[in-house]
Amino acid sequence: MIVDFFFVLFAVMAIGGAAGMVLARNPVASVMYLVMAFFALSGVFVLLDAHFIAAVNLIVYAGAILVLFLFVIMLLNLGRTEKTDLRGPLYRMLAIVSGGAFFGLLLVMLRGGHVTSMAGGMGQETMDAMLRARGAVGVVADPMFRSYLVPFEITALLLLVAVVGAIVLARQKAP
Amino acid sequence: MDIETYSLILSALLFAIGTVGVMLRRNVIIMFMCIELMLNAVNLTLVVFSRSLGIEAQVFVFFVIAVAAAEAAVGLAIIISIFRHYELVDVDRFNLLKW
Repeated sequence: MIVDFFFVLFAVMAIGGAAGMVLARNPVASVMYLVMAFFALSGVFVLLDAHFIAAVNLIVYAGAILVLFLFVIMLLNLGRTEKTDLRGPLYRMLAIVSGGAFFGLLLVMLRGGHVTSMAGGMGQETMDAMLRARGAVGVVADPMFRSYLVPFEITALLLLVAVVGAIVLARQKAP
Repeated sequence: MDIETYSLILSALLFAIGTVGVMLRRNVIIMFMCIELMLNAVNLTLVVFSRSLGIEAQVFVFFVIAVAAAEAAVGLAIIISIFRHYELVDVDRFNLLKW
């Protein structure tokens, strides 16, 4: 019961934040709406027993990536409320129709059982037992450092390439 | 219906809002933020399936977050580089693919 209440609260917050981000005129307000949506999504992750993922989502996404966006908006001095940059009515109609069609397609897949037939493999009891036995960090760390060690190391390499690439791209050209 | 199904619907809705945002806005930074929202909506799907198909899905959420961080760093660097050249962030005016 309490889980349902919090799920509805977080879902409304996430959808409101996402819609606010798309519609806000001021880019800084957009970032703040997105932070709200990501906080709510982290709440949903907690309700789904993914405690560690929720914490990482808050720290890395809401804490680091969105602050990077905020830095860039401030650096480029775009934090003013401008006249709206939404596209014209034809584009708007097209976007809403195609977005709605896409959402409908996903719902049809969900109802058609392609997705839900996979549910019910593990069950709440198994999940709780795993969390109790190994802790919220352990259940994620175990497969990550046993089965997926090579992808993990490649991720480290990817981050290095991204850092070097970002510096090279954003650097002032030598005079 | 249970919380898993509702979470999948929420994830689909957030992804659809992200696509609409990419199509609707002209500001390249907002479009980029919409892509981040879509990535996180997919994370929600992965977390839902980690409950039924095995905890490994949460490792993939990790990788998605790492790739998103790399993508944000490089993408924002490109935006800064374009802004130095054109002094604007309106995608409709980026019509030359050269410096």
